[in-house]
Amino acid sequence: MKTTQILIAGFGGQGILFAGKFLAYKGLMEDKQVSWLPSYGPEMRGGTANCNVILSDTPVGSPIITTPDVLIAMNLPSLQKYVDTVAPGGQIYVDSALIDVKVERTDVEVFYIPATQMAKDNEIPSLANMIIVGHLLQNQPELDFAGAKETVEHLVPPKKAGLIELNMKALNLGKDF
Amino acid sequence: MAQKVLMKGNEAIAEAAIRAGCRHYFGYPITPQTEIAAYMAKKMPKIGGVFLQAESEIASINMVYGAAAAGVRVMTSSSSPGISLKSEGLSYIAGSDVPALVVNVQRGGPGLGGIQPSQSDYFQATKGGGHGDYRMIVLAPASVQEMASLTMKGFDLADKYLMTSMILADGTIGQMMEPISFEDAEVNTYEKPWALTGTNCQRKHNVVNSLYLKADELEAKNIERYERYAIVEENEPMWEEYMMEDAEYCVVAYGIASRVAKNAVVAARAEGIKVGLIRPITLWPFPKKALLAAADKVKSFVCVELSMGQMIEDVRLYTECKKPVSLCSRCGGMIPSPEEVLEAIRKAQKGEN
Amino acid sequence: MAVVFQKPKSLADVPLHYCPGCPHGIIHRLVAEAIDELGIEGKTIGVAPVGCAVMAYDYFTVDMIEAAHGRAPATATGIKRSRPENIVFTYQGDGDLASIGMAETVHAAARNENITIIFVNNAIYGMTGGQMAPTSLPGQVTQTSPYGRDVNHCGWPIKVSEMLATLEGPEYITRVAVNNVKNVLAAKKAIKKAFQNQIEGKGFSLVEVVSACPTNWGMTPQQALKWVETDMLPYYPTGVYKDRTAAKEAQE
Repeated sequence: MKTTQILIAGFGGQGILFAGKFLAYKGLMEDKQVSWLPSYGPEMRGGTANCNVILSDTPVGSPIITTPDVLIAMNLPSLQKYVDTVAPGGQIYVDSALIDVKVERTDVEVFYIPATQMAKDNEIPSLANMIIVGHLLQNQPELDFAGAKETVEHLVPPKKAGLIELNMKALNLGKDF
Repeated sequence: MAQKVLMKGNEAIAEAAIRAGCRHYFGYPITPQTEIAAYMAKKMPKIGGVFLQAESEIASINMVYGAAAAGVRVMTSSSSPGISLKSEGLSYIAGSDVPALVVNVQRGGPGLGGIQPSQSDYFQATKGGGHGDYRMIVLAPASVQEMASLTMKGFDLADKYLMTSMILADGTIGQMMEPISFEDAEVNTYEKPWALTGTNCQRKHNVVNSLYLKADELEAKNIERYERYAIVEENEPMWEEYMMEDAEYCVVAYGIASRVAKNAVVAARAEGIKVGLIRPITLWPFPKKALLAAADKVKSFVCVELSMGQMIEDVRLYTECKKPVSLCSRCGGMIPSPEEVLEAIRKAQKGEN
Repeated sequence: MAVVFQKPKSLADVPLHYCPGCPHGIIHRLVAEAIDELGIEGKTIGVAPVGCAVMAYDYFTVDMIEAAHGRAPATATGIKRSRPENIVFTYQGDGDLASIGMAETVHAAARNENITIIFVNNAIYGMTGGQMAPTSLPGQVTQTSPYGRDVNHCGWPIKVSEMLATLEGPEYITRVAVNNVKNVLAAKKAIKKAFQNQIEGKGFSLVEVVSACPTNWGMTPQQALKWVETDMLPYYPTGVYKDRTAAKEAQE
């Protein structure tokens, strides 16, 4: 009986909602109960975006996350805003290419991934989000890297089939980091 | 069972409407429900249906009125300020006894308010935003699956009772994605001998109308309508009871607030507080009997809603003020946390409400 | 004995409630005759306005609906989009169509909605007892412009046909009058064409009928018809303001 609450936050345009969608679908394909809740409205255009994903063995109650088990922070304002909300024993994934501060809390596990730089270096500049997700799949006991490809295939529309390989490249970069 | 897919609540409404046989949608863009219009704009032309973006909410509800009178399954959707504009049409539709489905994905108000989720249109929906003696069937989904199932149910009830069914959702349920499966739903069809189809020179002309200049005729019409409403009140209330068997305290909440409340109920139970939840699924007809029965059992009620306290008036009314009712609410687009609700439950246990 | 004159089938055999000398009766008759002659009474659906013609649903024998004030073009849109095989018309006055319902009017025209609109312009709110209308003339005395319509205070009357004719959308916009036999015959022709256009799927057709309101103008019926000629028609000239098909044919 386990519920994992994942909060993903960053700028609009960083693929915050897509990363969340991936995790929600991944959970669905693993027969978990899931919910995905985006922030919405004008702040989505170039401002801060965030996304609440809950994966659970039991029906999801509130889809709104107040105490995340996992935080993915893709910019500094997001880290500052949510760092203290993470449950003790939780995980924080930091895009260290964009955030040059360290998490001071000692009761959480922190992963620093220079995802935006890695994405640039590997010519997949828009997929820093999926590099972090790949690292998460590798390090989050409630999730499994296996089946990632099926999930990506499910999410990428047939017209953009080329994106499947690129997403897998990003996920693998994160996994192997 | 059909395969589960992830879908936004707003899209689930649109897909369910199509599956319920709705082929006519008239609307006007407003956040946070625009996905419904977008979905319809994409799908309707491919299935021989009509999607039309009207010049205003007022025009769109009057298009709905015309289409309903013409005998087709028809809907519109909007969010709070847009529903205020549609209220005139809702009154005419009620006064003419034609069936329609109207979706309100609520946002904070009054005025232009905000765009974040809210439940502050409870009065407007259940007590009538438009003028005159009328009611709407008000359905309050708490999940994406219910966005779909209650939409289908809403069309059926509208046709059955010649009323407007309103889906009273909120920005959270509209925007969130959850797994959903569409069962092969049975769609009932209803004879509509009153519909405007053209007389074909075979019958006396049909008139769809809400004007009765003779006071006694209008009174008789209203009484006849309320006799129909009484049947709805008898047959159609829907609610969910959660951990109520041995409950000493009862949380009452609908829609997104009920989801938060459920977390709090679970947490309170872990602390040894015997608390349960009644979740009205129909806000009109209100599940009076369930509330009254609970009032004889529990020590007090906690009403959780995203408003300054609207449903709480009905909770007090239908529990006949037998037990104290306290309010735990946020508004303006804020949502209470499970901790806030838990604190309200603790207070109730201490008799502080 | 041969019948040379009878009540149109599409007009119910009931007394109309209109005031003595009111041209609504004539205009109703022209609409009913057009429907009869085109053989569409079995598939026509009419939309009544709020205004003097509010009870038009009792006067036409076709299926009828009573719309909210000004919303008739939207209601008609809903019907037509649900039943494209039916013929849908609205019958509206100046307050209904050109004041509270202007948005619905303009947008139905812009969409070239395949409906027929009969727009009765008598420059006053009749049903409520003679208030200033969007089409009341400059200087016209009404209950709410007791010193005459002051255009500096409350603006200018709206020339609906001229305005709608500027839009790309509509098929046919024309203004007629019913103040004498010649004009009545021309009005009949225009109304029939407006229905014929819909039958042929050509789109939005609006016939503005310059009418009269002896009661609220405070005139005898004869004086009112005279006033139409001397005051109304110079401001609201009759004529075809838009006829897309005719224009296209003229070009070819």
